[in-house]
Amino acid sequence: MAKIDSRIPQGPIQEKWSKHKAEIKVVSPANKRKLDIIVVGTGLGGASAAATLGELGYNVKIFCISDSPRRAHSIAAQGGINAAKNYQNDNDSVFRLFYDTIKGGDYRAREANVYRLAEVSNNIIDQCVAQGVPFARDYGGLLDNRSFGGAQVSRTFYARGQTGQQLLLGAYASLNRQIAKGTVKSYPRHEMLDLVLIDGKARGIITRNLVTGEIERFGAHAVVIATGGYGNVFFLSTNAMNSNGSAAWQCYKKGAMFANPCFTQIHPTCIPVHGEQQSKLTLMSESLRNDGRIWVPKKMEDVEKLRAKKIKASQIPEEDRDYYLERRYPAFGNLVPRDVASRAGKERCDAGYGVNDTGRAVFLDFKTAIARLGKDVIKARYGNLFQMYEKITDVNPYDEPMMIYPAVHYTMGGIWVDYNLMTTIPGLYAIGEANFSDHGANRLGASALMQGLADGYFVLPYTIGDYLSHEIQSPKVDTNAPEFEAAEKSVRERIAKLFSINGKQTVDEIHKKLGHIMWENVGMARTKESLEKAIVEIKKIRQEFWSDVKVPGKNEEFNQELEKALRVADFLEEGELMAKDALQRNESCGGHFREEYQTPDGEALRDDENFAFVAIWEYKGENEEPVMHKEPLTFEAIKVAQRNYKD
Amino acid sequence: MNFKLKIWRQANAKAQGRFETYEVKDISADTSFLEMLDILNNNLIHEGKEPVAFDHDCREGICGMCSLHINGEAHGPDTEITTCQLHMRKFHDGDTITIEPWRSAAFPVIKDLVVDRHAFDKIMQAGGFISVNTGGVPDANTTPIPRADAEESMDAAACIGCGACVATCKNGSAMLFVAARVSSLAKLPQGKVETLSRAKAMIAKMDELGFGGCTNTRACEAECPKGVSISHIARLNRKFLTAKFKD
Repeated sequence: MAKIDSRIPQGPIQEKWSKHKAEIKVVSPANKRKLDIIVVGTGLGGASAAATLGELGYNVKIFCISDSPRRAHSIAAQGGINAAKNYQNDNDSVFRLFYDTIKGGDYRAREANVYRLAEVSNNIIDQCVAQGVPFARDYGGLLDNRSFGGAQVSRTFYARGQTGQQLLLGAYASLNRQIAKGTVKSYPRHEMLDLVLIDGKARGIITRNLVTGEIERFGAHAVVIATGGYGNVFFLSTNAMNSNGSAAWQCYKKGAMFANPCFTQIHPTCIPVHGEQQSKLTLMSESLRNDGRIWVPKKMEDVEKLRAKKIKASQIPEEDRDYYLERRYPAFGNLVPRDVASRAGKERCDAGYGVNDTGRAVFLDFKTAIARLGKDVIKARYGNLFQMYEKITDVNPYDEPMMIYPAVHYTMGGIWVDYNLMTTIPGLYAIGEANFSDHGANRLGASALMQGLADGYFVLPYTIGDYLSHEIQSPKVDTNAPEFEAAEKSVRERIAKLFSINGKQTVDEIHKKLGHIMWENVGMARTKESLEKAIVEIKKIRQEFWSDVKVPGKNEEFNQELEKALRVADFLEEGELMAKDALQRNESCGGHFREEYQTPDGEALRDDENFAFVAIWEYKGENEEPVMHKEPLTFEAIKVAQRNYKD
Repeated sequence: MNFKLKIWRQANAKAQGRFETYEVKDISADTSFLEMLDILNNNLIHEGKEPVAFDHDCREGICGMCSLHINGEAHGPDTEITTCQLHMRKFHDGDTITIEPWRSAAFPVIKDLVVDRHAFDKIMQAGGFISVNTGGVPDANTTPIPRADAEESMDAAACIGCGACVATCKNGSAMLFVAARVSSLAKLPQGKVETLSRAKAMIAKMDELGFGGCTNTRACEAECPKGVSISHIARLNRKFLTAKFKD
């Protein structure tokens, strides 16, 4: 078994990162030129890491499944990016951002990593402005901020409702500059299908060229996984259609341990499911909760009239509306963290107050804000989101409130990494959503962008040097080595097997079945029974997949069904591990809500005595039970308490 | 709703393409255009036929991956949206819908409705950046930027690089795409420094890659899903001419 050593530096939390940076080794410019690094994924983490590593002088190869690095799903992040600049003079600080993030994550994140994240957050904003990211500004020309859930300060920087797009274009531009210089070579429309280890170290990857089907080998002295999360296990999620967990999963199967797989974020404000033909769910930014108020009717008769389309929401008088977040959480109101808002919405819908024909929707209303600020101000703040909502639903949200419902959005779990962001495989790193380290059991809004860029610009480029300093004598990796041979062979066999089944069900049909089981049993509310049931059901669907799936065409061509089949094959294994992890965690925390463990008023009930640990899963082989290890979580800088957003 | 679909099928870049006709039935008006194609593909697989290849990813109008010429219009019959945001309620029951890939010399077909837009990355690599390394930059609030300038920069930065402008232009010009980037950076003090060299380098690359020139027909602006204005082309032209005079 690989050793689990989190390598958290000693000393006071404020000094850990500076001390660590001073102690780790660096690689000289002459040696950097000799070292090759593979980066898989071109979202905020991957693009920023590859660009920065290229600037430093390493030889970088970057891979993405889209036709351009700019399409990675970071681009869809709407609301903003957090930083502890305290530009608003509202008493924000590195410590407060750190504290809010730990608390928001329900005390299940690693303290030292989170503090470092808060520490470098300010550098990110400086960097992005220097790259030409057009952040929103006030009339004096200085940067503007807004608030996000789980915070009582305004620390979120934004570019209209397209912050992720603008930050990604910044990183993509830096990446392009390095591609032009020749320090980075880009491989679009390439999918990583396996990781290659030589003498226990990550030494390369096997990819499939998505245009020609060619299976190719690439060697390097280190491999960085920046391929995002696995939310698409649920079939319906806010993730892009091609987002998948396969690169990370192949690493898991090669020995990289996987942490907290059950920690899934269900985002409270998404456009509700409309029918069986739906392919994905659309998020409405959390920033809307700055000015939007969430409610359902107080009276059941109003609910019934709404469903029968006899009245419109706007006709229900103030006194008959239940602004349930403001009622339950007076101190934070509509800006409680995502897990709290999602559960509160589900609670109202379970009680029968859902406002659409499926009974699975609540209102997000801008009436008060429009009356206070005027329609023009609201339009300037959220115009593109309102337009998006209207195009999808055919309802004008300036006149009638939006209808929203929770949906799968983000996975806090991921590949386990140490303080250097290295996995349990030497030379293999995981950054951004692909790792587990910073968000605990619930991520705060506007923190995903922060983490991706923190890892890519300011953490990995330092820490990877510590490992590579020992690699300066290693020659170029020989991709004719038997380990590459074997990995390529197994990839070819996996593909051949998929074509050979020639069954009766399409990949999507099986994926939908998996998604349904995951949502019903491993979704917003979980119980021992539901999880045990899920484990049995997922196994059955997996068997169905491997005996009855139909993958048309052949490997040696552009074949989207094959791409999907390879990804769903992995989802069918990932889903089971998620359920197993949720089953062992006999407590509720953040996005992981076990119905058996709740306070009398329905809040998540943690068990710090028994579950203040990171669950780390080790793969033991096909049809073998994985083994769980624990990384204890200790909190030195803050006092652990039950999360309170009420007062 | 029921539809008849005339879809461009082409096995690969070298193969001869042709239209094939398909039917889809019982489509809900709330179904998106791409979901309708998902349904068609699912049916085709069951019938033992090859599904239609098309590019898509985020399905919320921001990644720029989806394309499609629908009844002769880039991203179909609605304004300021991408194909993934188009819903079947915009069509009539029984309609025949013609679906083609982007048609432009610089965007060769990969398969069916999928084209190769790699040329856009190449143009960006020629100069669509500010030459700044990670680290060692001033505090973000050191240089105030007039709000109007930041807003105009953002208007241009809204470009998603989908290629509708190129596909719509009778000359196959990428001027709106290039202008959006040049203009967005030119409006910011950080980007101003390299404006002239950037304009020259990106236009040279655009020409080299086989895109046509701009003759101000404004077709690009009309079809741009993000409403990027051709006023940015005017700014690009000014910068380009200034750069040329300085040579």
